[in-house]
This record gives sequence, structure tokens and C-alpha cells, in this order.
Amino acid sequence: MALLELKHVVGGYGGAPILNGVNMAIEQSDIGVIVGPNGAGKSTTLKAIFGLLKVTGGTIEFLGESIANSLPDKLVPRGLSFVPQEKNVFTSMSVEENLEMGAFTRKDDFSETMQWVYEMFPVLAEKRRQPAGELSGGQRQMVAMGRALMSKPKLLMLDEPSAGLSPRYVIEIFETIVRVNQEGVGILMVEQNARQALAFASKGFVLAQGQNRFTGTGQELIADPEVAKSFLGG
Amino acid sequence: MTELIFFINQVVISGAVLGCIYALGAVGITLVFGILRFAHFAHSELMTSGAFFAFLLAALFASWGIVTPIPLGFVVLPIAMVMSAIFALGIDKGFYAPLRKRGAKPVILLIASIGVTLMVQGLIRLFFGAGSYSFFETETKDVFRVDLAWLGSTRPLVITEPQLLMIIVTVVSVLALHFFLTRSRLGKAMRAMADNADLAQVSGINTALVVRVTWIVAGALACMAGTMLALDVTLKPDLAFNIIIPIFAAAIVGGLGQAYGAIAGGLLIGFAESLAVFNWTMVLRPLNGVLPEWAQLPATLSFVPTEYKLTVAFVILVVVLLVRPTGIFKGASS
Repeated sequence: MALLELKHVVGGYGGAPILNGVNMAIEQSDIGVIVGPNGAGKSTTLKAIFGLLKVTGGTIEFLGESIANSLPDKLVPRGLSFVPQEKNVFTSMSVEENLEMGAFTRKDDFSETMQWVYEMFPVLAEKRRQPAGELSGGQRQMVAMGRALMSKPKLLMLDEPSAGLSPRYVIEIFETIVRVNQEGVGILMVEQNARQALAFASKGFVLAQGQNRFTGTGQELIADPEVAKSFLGG
Repeated sequence: MTELIFFINQVVISGAVLGCIYALGAVGITLVFGILRFAHFAHSELMTSGAFFAFLLAALFASWGIVTPIPLGFVVLPIAMVMSAIFALGIDKGFYAPLRKRGAKPVILLIASIGVTLMVQGLIRLFFGAGSYSFFETETKDVFRVDLAWLGSTRPLVITEPQLLMIIVTVVSVLALHFFLTRSRLGKAMRAMADNADLAQVSGINTALVVRVTWIVAGALACMAGTMLALDVTLKPDLAFNIIIPIFAAAIVGGLGQAYGAIAGGLLIGFAESLAVFNWTMVLRPLNGVLPEWAQLPATLSFVPTEYKLTVAFVILVVVLLVRPTGIFKGASS
């Protein structure tokens, strides 16, 4: 049984469906990367899993239970977290308060988790009292990831974590994602830097027009001449 | 010295009292705006109905023969605040929640709140008529006169017991609100939702619960403001409806969505209104002795005649929006 399993998922924002049968299976040890052209339904897939849009067909199972159309306040306590692409920090709140909001669904003491997040992102510990809106783009991305990790998720979903970051930060964010995965958190992310991200992906999904076009390990996809030609820019 | 004391009595004390009332009302409006993104017009009716709840409770207590050292209006305030909070929750459940569920735009909610204003006001008139009531029919309003002869003032510093209590109660509630918003889990969740509602939902924050808490806080503070206003002047069905404009101005001047901004804006407009209608002749009268015949001071010399007091809030609003469109505390611009 996979940690997260999508079978023939169909869904959209009410009009014509954007997803026309997406299949995916992710284990807790996996780093899954979704790539594909614009409008292929990459971010939409993550939003569908997280209950942010209507799923009209197919099944989404997390830990063997159906979670289709469940809302985030039910999903976060089950071990699913999501980092949106934009506006993913509370700009008027301090770094520490941002992290606390990630732990909102937890009733237990989360100080250890906060320590864990600060160890992973030492720069956040330095800036814990500063409003998140005053941080740089890369640091904000760390706050956003830290916030999502505060609920101790089994699976962390990231929507284009490298968007808008300088190349140096892109590498740093990818390294951090690998480190989070080594700590036992499954990863499912959408990425524009396809080749770079597939290089460390244990599972890669190429979506086009709301459907899986190619599925395989990251290395397999990079090596596949057809994928390389159509989706990775030659 | 006498003139200074007169100035304090007329401007500082009454400005502080008015400012406290505006501030408590504006905080509720700003919190509702921050969470639900609409201008809640019926806030004035939460204030008026809150004052009537307090009035009924005070009358009930008085009929039981309960005598308290402080005015009954303050004693029953906590109970009235609970009733107002429940009332606010009921209004939301009955009118605004169904509209939100259908994805209504903020302007539709605004119009709905005007409808609620008319309905609640109509209900109050139905039961209480259009007349005015006083909290002090059975009790006396204690007046403290601080003799300042040792400072060379022939006038005493005058403050009524309700005014003094109002200022104390406001300071205490603002501090309580501050600790709620910065220390408690739900208070922080409220700030998070006002900051970024989508992200709050994604974080797993129970947004429906935050909405309920917002109405509870806004309703309770509105009741406090309304009761204080009724204790300071008289209780009537259009009690707070008449001051909803300066209260909105206070919320906007402070920066919509910013609780501290609303408090600052409320105090600013309260003091400005008191200062604007202050009769300077009372202070400047000694000059009449040295001034020539043709330049004698008129009987009343104020920046704005009392009946145009309402314009003060607008002038401040226009000036602040011109200079700093997001308000003093940088609130939401839309």
C-alpha cells in the first residue's frame, strides 16, 4: 500500500475538468517530481489532493483511506502538508509565529518539532522574531517549508519551491528537500527546473493535458530520449 | 490655570471618553473586515442592542433591589457582553454565513449588513419605542471634583464616575485584546487569517472557528462600547447609528484590519472632535480686557459648530487617505 495513491483522478474548478485521469503512487521514502508544460495540471494535481478544488472522478487514497474532497483542516492532522507557490508566508507575523501556525492542528507540545525545523534552517532561528515579510525570497521559502513541517507530515507537497529564486538558492532549496526526505518525510513536488529536479527524484511524472504521459524514476525519465526531446528542452 | 483645567475638562476628558467608545467600536469593525473582508455596517446595531441588553439587565437587577457601589451598567456589562456575542453569532449564522456559502461578493455582504441595521433598529423600536432611557433613573451619577485650588485654579477637575470607569475598562480590554492577539493560539490564528486567508486554510487552521471567535470578540466589544455610550449620554434606538460614520473613519484612518490602528484612529478622532467643538472664548476671555472694542471675542469661538461635529471625522479621513492611503498602521487597501 502506497502512502499516497491517485487513480484516474478527474477534477477542476467547476467548468471543464483540468485533470483527466491522473495516476500516481508515492511512498514515504520517495521524492516525487511532477513536470510538464504550462497548463498540464501539475499544480492542479497538488490542489486536488489537498482538497482545494473539486475532484469529480477517480480515487485519492492516503494511508489506504479515501481523502478526495477532504479539507486541509482534516488532512493536516493526518500527515499531509502543502506549501503553495505564492504568498506562502504570513508576512505580518514573525518567523516563529509562522511556524506556530503550521502546528495549529497539533494539541501536543511542538517545541521539539520547532527545534528540529530550526536545526534544518539555522537562518530562521536567527530571525525568529522578525516579520516574515522582511525576509528574502529564499528565506521566505524556508519559512514556508518550516511552517509545513511543523505538523510533522508524512508527505510534504511543494508547488514550485524554486520559483523566482536565484540559481544559488535553487540548489540550496533542492538540497534541503533531499535532507527533509532523509528525515523520513515523503515529498511530492511540482517543478519547472525539470532536469535539475528529476536528477534526485525517485519518482517522476510527466503530465500533459491533465494526464500522465510518462512515469518512471527520475533517471529513467532524463534518459528517455522522447521525454528529453518534448519536455526537457532537448 | 483655571483656563487649563477648563480645557482639560472639556477636551481631554470628553475626548478620551469619546475616543474610547470609537476605539472599541472600530476594533470590532476592523477585525470583522480583516477576517471576512467586508464593511460590517450593522456594527452600530450590535452596539445599540448591546446597550439595551445591559439596560434590561440593570433594570432587572435594580428591581431585585441589588445595590452596587459602582453603576449597575458596569456590573451587568460582562453578562450583556456574553448576550451580545451570542447575538452577533446568530446574525452571522442567519444572514452572512448563507451568503458566504454562496460565494457572495463583499459588496453584497455590505448591503446585507445595511439590511440587518434596519431590522435590528426596527426591532428595538418595536419593543422600546423611539424615546430615550437613562441608566441613572434609580441611581445617581457620582461626580468627582478634584479641587485644584493649590494650583491656583478656581475650577475643579470634573470627571464623572462612569467616565472614569469607562477609561479604566477600555484600557483593560485593549490590554486583554493585545494579549489575546499576540499570545493565544486562537488570537494568532485570527491574525494569520487576516494576513492571508488561503494560507491559513492550507495550514490546517479551522477557519470556521476563527470566524466564530471574531464575531464573539466583535460582539462583546461592541456591547461594551454601546453601553458606555449609553452611560455617558442617554440610551435610544439610534444611539450608535449616529456615530457609525466616525467609527468607520477611525477604522479606516488606523488602517483596515489593524486592531491597534483602530484604537489609535478611535482616540485620534475622539480627541479631534472634542477639540474642534471646544469653545475658545471660555479660555481667551481675559483677552477681552485688552482687546479694542471692535475685536471683542464672540460668545462662541470654535473651529467647528457643534452641529457639524460629524465633519471632523471626514476631514481627518480625507487627509489621512491623501497622505497615507493605507491608514496610519498600513492596513488593507481594498
